[in-house]
Amino acid sequence: MLSVSNLCKTYGDRRAVDGVSFNVQRGQTVGLLGPNGAGKSTTVSMICGLISSDSGAVTLDGEPVGQGNNAAKRKIGLVPQDLALYEELSAIENLKLFGALYGLKGEALKKRCAEVLELVRLSDRASDKPSTFSGGMKRRLNIAAALLHDPQLLILDEPTVGVDPQSRNAIFDTLEALKAQGRSLIYTSHYMEEVERLADHIVIIDHGKVLADESPSALYQRLPAQAALRAELADAGAAAAGPDAASIAGLADAVARLPGVTSATLQGAVLDVGLADTAHAASVLCWLAEQGHKLAHFATARTNLEDIFLSLTGRSLRD
Amino acid sequence: MTALLALVRKDLILYVNDKRALMLNLLMPIVLAAFFGSLFGGSGESKTGKIDIAVVVQDQSAVGKKIADGLKADADLRVTELSLAEAQAQVRTGKLPVAVVIPEGFGDKAGSALFSASSKPELPIFYDPSQSTVLSMVKGLLTQQVMQNVSAEMFNGAGGRKFTDESLQTLEKEAAGDPDKASLRDFLGSLKKFQAREDARVAVKGGAAGEAGGIAGGGGLSMPFATRDEALSSGPKYNGYAHSFAGMGVQFILFMGIDMGIGILLARRMGIWSRLLAAPVTLTQLLLSRAVSAALIALGLLVAIFACGVIIFHVEIANPVGFVIVGVCFALMTASFGLLIAAFGRTPEAARGMAVFATLILVMLGGAWVPSFVFPEWMQKLTVIVPTRWAVDGLDAMTWRGLGMDAALASGGVQLAFAAVFVVLAIWRFRAQQR
Repeated sequence: MLSVSNLCKTYGDRRAVDGVSFNVQRGQTVGLLGPNGAGKSTTVSMICGLISSDSGAVTLDGEPVGQGNNAAKRKIGLVPQDLALYEELSAIENLKLFGALYGLKGEALKKRCAEVLELVRLSDRASDKPSTFSGGMKRRLNIAAALLHDPQLLILDEPTVGVDPQSRNAIFDTLEALKAQGRSLIYTSHYMEEVERLADHIVIIDHGKVLADESPSALYQRLPAQAALRAELADAGAAAAGPDAASIAGLADAVARLPGVTSATLQGAVLDVGLADTAHAASVLCWLAEQGHKLAHFATARTNLEDIFLSLTGRSLRD
Repeated sequence: MTALLALVRKDLILYVNDKRALMLNLLMPIVLAAFFGSLFGGSGESKTGKIDIAVVVQDQSAVGKKIADGLKADADLRVTELSLAEAQAQVRTGKLPVAVVIPEGFGDKAGSALFSASSKPELPIFYDPSQSTVLSMVKGLLTQQVMQNVSAEMFNGAGGRKFTDESLQTLEKEAAGDPDKASLRDFLGSLKKFQAREDARVAVKGGAAGEAGGIAGGGGLSMPFATRDEALSSGPKYNGYAHSFAGMGVQFILFMGIDMGIGILLARRMGIWSRLLAAPVTLTQLLLSRAVSAALIALGLLVAIFACGVIIFHVEIANPVGFVIVGVCFALMTASFGLLIAAFGRTPEAARGMAVFATLILVMLGGAWVPSFVFPEWMQKLTVIVPTRWAVDGLDAMTWRGLGMDAALASGGVQLAFAAVFVVLAIWRFRAQQR
């Protein structure tokens, strides 16, 4: 449906986007993931025709997407990162304006306004000004304004910035409803959990370049460990000073040789164990008990996109 | 077209809902125009105010008293007689612009100086340095009174006869070897005969009424002309409010233009501009919609401001069609000025500061505060490159000057040319930013 091919954009000496390419299939939700300043918003701006690219191309159903009035733009709905609403116009007046920009008028416009307000659960606040809304309600209205012309592709540029968890869930309910309708979505974020929840396909960008362009399961396969066990040894301090010092020193190596364990490190009393699967955590804990080690605390966790990003770039997403 | 209309409608709704903007752009120019208009002569129905001066009469001679009385009787002056110290204090504290001192013996000395080379007596005038133009006016009126009363005394008064007799006695001895003194003796001899005939005429008529007779009916020299003042313009009677409404209207409507430009910068900051550009409208359409709405608001404001001027302050629009032409062109120029600010402004805050400063300079040089004809000549020539000058002059021409369509077309044409330049620069800049 959407094809982004070798997009480049330079500002002065800084290469903001450097050969970005990816595709979005019909009905697919693509997560565009990267830290702040990675080039996500610049890429989105070029896809929507807000700025021109230095090189590369964007096509939607084979039609080039560019600046100005063109048919491809009518198939795209943009939810900007900012709350792009007129605070002094009521919610319905905002929607009527943005709908009119796509040629909607009369009864058709009224009907669409009512439908999108219903979708984002703001029907009862249609006559109120956004300045009286909570942050989450404004975000939902921000999404509604992009849906009026029934776009085939909805591009959401960090749509949950500054939103409380409850409102975030409401936004996700809306997006999942849109996804269920078969609409294609591009969702940019630097929040792993959001992208993990929504995306069928993930494009990771850093320093303007695509680092990964795969399904979530394929991305996880890149990691040596799919899960992790962290155990805090209650006896590590005394043992290290006593006759069992040698066995403590070799503990990490011994754990690393256990079945299903991909890595193990011991720092002080904390033992970090990489696992091929969370199911192997139980056998590691049993082995530690058999060896006479007492545990003060332990926890298991599945690896996430944060770990993937860390393994790809060597730095945290929120750096 | 639907998109364009929706964008214009949105701008108009937002403007009307913004009470602060309405207050600033509509009420303020009317209040300030009323104030400045009253300073510049109001509606022309009241006469110009009298000049307050002090007179210190130290010369108790007839001449001294007559000069003081003459000043008091002048229609252009409001005279207060004070002591020297009081007069100086009043001028020093700015309570009076000028104080005239008629020193002791002034009448006698001035009479002598009229026909001889004796030293001229001084007439001290104290003035407030901030009111130097008033000094010139008072000097003119004082000269008239001194010449009239001193010459009358010399031709007809007792002092004049005494001076003639004494001078003739002296000259009889000196005229033998000096032809100039002989001529003066002959002149004074003729004067003495004239004075004798005047005395005889007064004796026949009787009474002191004859004292008022003599040369020019005042007994002395008088101004050899009288002026006939007639205000001349092609239009209605001059109304100081007409210019002030033009000037203040131009200023505050340009402020509205600034707000329009800042609105674009704010829309960019808030992401609204991106949302608008993501829609199937061109950048030119977006800018055009903004320009149309700003021009409509500007024209509406101009009409409202002048409606107030017409209804309350009796401003007359002598050439309504020309007024509409000038107004429409000014509205378009304002809209393009706003676009220019949006195109070249980096942040709303910085752009607002710079734009307000630039606007104040433009309206000052455009003659919005004081009419451009009071500018020095070089500045009058220089300010033809200022668009506001054409706007203010155009509105003046269509109101109290009552000029024809040629003046309207000249003003409108130049403003449109400025608008075209502003629009081209703005679009070029916006497009460059989109790249």
